Amino acid sequence: MATLELAIQEDVAAASARQPGRLGVLFWIAIGWMALVFAVAILADLLPMPSPTDMDMLERRGPVSVEHWLGTDGLGRDELARLIYGARISLVVGLCAPMIGLVIGGALGMVAGYFRGRFETLVVGSMDVLLAFPPLILALAVTAFVGQSILNLTCILGVLGIPAFMRVARAATLTLARREFVIAAQALGATHARILLRELLPNVLLPLVAFFLLGVAITIVAEGALSFLGLGVPPPISSWGSMIGEGRESLDVAPRLAFFPAFAFFLTVLAFNLVGDTLKALTDPRQGAL
Amino acid sequence: MNGAPLLSVEDVAVELPTPRGPLRAVDGVDLTLGAGRTLGIVGESGCGKTMLSRVILQLLPKKARLSGRVMFDGQDLARIDRERLRKLRGRSLAVVFQDPMTSLNPVLTIGTQLGETLQEHLEFDSVHARTRSAELLAAVGIPAPEQRLAQYPHQLSGGMRQRVAIAIALSCEPKLLIADEPTTALDVTIQAQILDLLAREQRRRHMAMILITHDLGVVAGRTDEVAVMYAGRVVERAPTPSLFRAMQMPYTEALLAAIPKLDAAPHAPLPAISGRPPDPTRPLKGCSFSPRCRYAVARCHQEKPALTASRSTDHHYACFHPIQLAAGADA
Amino acid sequence: MIEPAARSVSAEPLLEVKNLVVEYGFGGKTVHAVSDVSLEIARGETLGLVGESGCGKSTLGRAILQLRRAVSGRVLFDGEDLSAMRGEQLRRMRRRVQLIFQDPIASLNPRRRIGDIVAEPLLIAGDTDPKKRQELVCEMLSAVGLDPALVLGRLPHEFSGGQCQRISIARALVLNPEFIVCDEPVSALDVSIRAQILNLLEEMKARFGLTLLFIAHDLAVVKAVSDRVAVMYLGRLCEVGPSEQVFARPAHPYTALLIDAIPVPDPDVRPAETIRVGEPPSPIAPPSGCRFRTRCPRADQVCSAEVPELRAVAPNQSVACHHPLT
Repeated sequence: MATLELAIQEDVAAASARQPGRLGVLFWIAIGWMALVFAVAILADLLPMPSPTDMDMLERRGPVSVEHWLGTDGLGRDELARLIYGARISLVVGLCAPMIGLVIGGALGMVAGYFRGRFETLVVGSMDVLLAFPPLILALAVTAFVGQSILNLTCILGVLGIPAFMRVARAATLTLARREFVIAAQALGATHARILLRELLPNVLLPLVAFFLLGVAITIVAEGALSFLGLGVPPPISSWGSMIGEGRESLDVAPRLAFFPAFAFFLTVLAFNLVGDTLKALTDPRQGAL
Repeated sequence: MNGAPLLSVEDVAVELPTPRGPLRAVDGVDLTLGAGRTLGIVGESGCGKTMLSRVILQLLPKKARLSGRVMFDGQDLARIDRERLRKLRGRSLAVVFQDPMTSLNPVLTIGTQLGETLQEHLEFDSVHARTRSAELLAAVGIPAPEQRLAQYPHQLSGGMRQRVAIAIALSCEPKLLIADEPTTALDVTIQAQILDLLAREQRRRHMAMILITHDLGVVAGRTDEVAVMYAGRVVERAPTPSLFRAMQMPYTEALLAAIPKLDAAPHAPLPAISGRPPDPTRPLKGCSFSPRCRYAVARCHQEKPALTASRSTDHHYACFHPIQLAAGADA
Repeated sequence: MIEPAARSVSAEPLLEVKNLVVEYGFGGKTVHAVSDVSLEIARGETLGLVGESGCGKSTLGRAILQLRRAVSGRVLFDGEDLSAMRGEQLRRMRRRVQLIFQDPIASLNPRRRIGDIVAEPLLIAGDTDPKKRQELVCEMLSAVGLDPALVLGRLPHEFSGGQCQRISIARALVLNPEFIVCDEPVSALDVSIRAQILNLLEEMKARFGLTLLFIAHDLAVVKAVSDRVAVMYLGRLCEVGPSEQVFARPAHPYTALLIDAIPVPDPDVRPAETIRVGEPPSPIAPPSGCRFRTRCPRADQVCSAEVPELRAVAPNQSVACHHPLT
């Protein structure tokens, strides 16, 4: 009997090696764009560009030229440099804020979904309260209280994202916690901590990460909106949102000042969405049985 | 039986494209069924029996490629237009699936689901449909049928739901009923009741029935003819008594032997079939059962045996070395 | 190297269940899953527990392993009261009692490799030597008929139901337990694979000196592997006795009903025309007295008034019925 199993397992070995990549061209373009944005954001200091804060009052709203590849903005600052440093801000806030949501929301969701009962009711209830709070008012209130800074902005957006991650984690945990492999772990005498970390977490992580990427896209938009309204990053730090806001005044004279950041914004959000969607589709266990 | 058979499946094959290559889920199947007769199709998971039922119902997945003819009541179901097919389904051709929880719509009441078939195919008005629905529920043995009409599937037990599914299937007096593992999800006492119900209704309505199952015990007392499927093909087909008394295919014999019997002594080792059912994306050159067959010889691994019949009987089998279980059986 | 432990051959039963009651709430109502069940399993024995869905057999199995809290009653394993244990003491006891599930694929974590899955019990038990762990894992996988080299690094979805069940059995055996609850281990498998797994279980039982509680709804399967069998209906035991005896001469009408309902693969055997009325009542509102009386052709006043207790009707065979068949 053992020999027959061997023969069949060779098939299994051969088959899984040929797993097709269902990732299309669009996915790779999105990855490419994201890689570019990351690269320039990280290497910003090393790139041979004028400083984003150098104001050249003689060259305000200057056209595209050799010195200023994308021209200058309303205060004579190099547009391309500001765009690149803006990428940095967008990415930092865009990644760190959902990270807060992922860690705190994910943990709360998993624990709520696993233990259920009163703890779950408490968690879900408090998340509902948080969700009911108008986010913009919260942002305004906090900024008014502790001032505008990247750190404060990241924290606000992070906290606002916790309920969504909690929901995703809890939903995934609820389905998994009743599956037999969890009961098997309990029957083996595993502690709750062990079950949460070693049995549940690996399964809940993928949907959480897929949601995280979508969360990044949403956060970048949120940060952009807040900066556009003047509630985000304080000047002279440039963020794409604030650049769009500033570019509003020059729309008739130099529309590129608003369009370039908007375009970069659009592409980056789209890229994150695409990658997030693809990952979500891949994590759906669709093992087609005939 | 007089005239042409009600259903005639002729050299039907279904091919599905998969990442690992084309998969022949059904590989050249021929079957006939006369009006009022019962055919049992027996096989394990992956043998193609469910796909075959989908062929008859023309409910194949989009990417499936079908070849062969499916003659039902004189028409080739694979070739007629959608509208005619839709009229046939539910009216002359009915089906009962394995899991009544998923085959009934959980958000519609029983009455609505029963009524819509009647209204669609027989053009009943809603009052008439309601009365008839209650009659149908009573006929399938559901107590207090009027109350049930207003209930939802989740309020009924598994056995009850399956009865409702049968009532829906029978509501338009079909000529052919396909029951795809109708009792696999049910308890053994309920299973007996449901099978009795199907047999009774079939006799009353002179309806043809195809009973698909993995359980040889289910087909033994309740079918006229049995077809055993393995790896997409019919490997043995015979009138039921002949199949059990003069089994020819080693697979059928092994399948029967592997079922624990109530009259066997405890702890007797079961004669298991070694290995696993074959991978349909990797068809073998020879007989599909040869890797697991204890009678296999070199020829079995090289050539595929065709379905042949012994001279005087209706007993077809696809094997180069059939077993003779009855004395004096033809080779 | 796992040695079949020098199991003490005492006459005391390995497992004793005393008056176990398990209930749980369901939308405001109470489900009486297990009502006052008592049984014993001797060392080295296989007790088959058979009944239809909703009879509480799975719940009983889980309650014995303390995976479900009982409302009242006790479970004694090797003389020690499992129901009174908590925390670390209970965790240590778990090494001696294990569980095999019905759905083989769902019982394995889809994101962990087979090697890790089978080694997990050792890790939980605090076995820290990686080399020894690896050896034990490989030994177990070979024992269940799988080649460790081909299996260790793979994920569960790459295997068939039968293979997953073998892995599940390997995981259950790696700690060398004394007692295993098998909860419908072959119901989800194909007929031809079922026989393989049943044979495997018998082999493992003999090799490692196991005691089994084999839960199933298929009587023939239960009979094939059990020494004694207990029939359960709606939370209560109907009949207990040696397998051969119970199936040859059932004393309880429900047992007889179950036996008659089995489809026999013989075309000459007409399906019996016994009275097959109705469906099992709900465990939320079980009938008073004998719970089977609503479907029993022999029921009368006594049956609705008094709950029948298990009484001996033959050597080793007891039945809970006011009007037993023998």
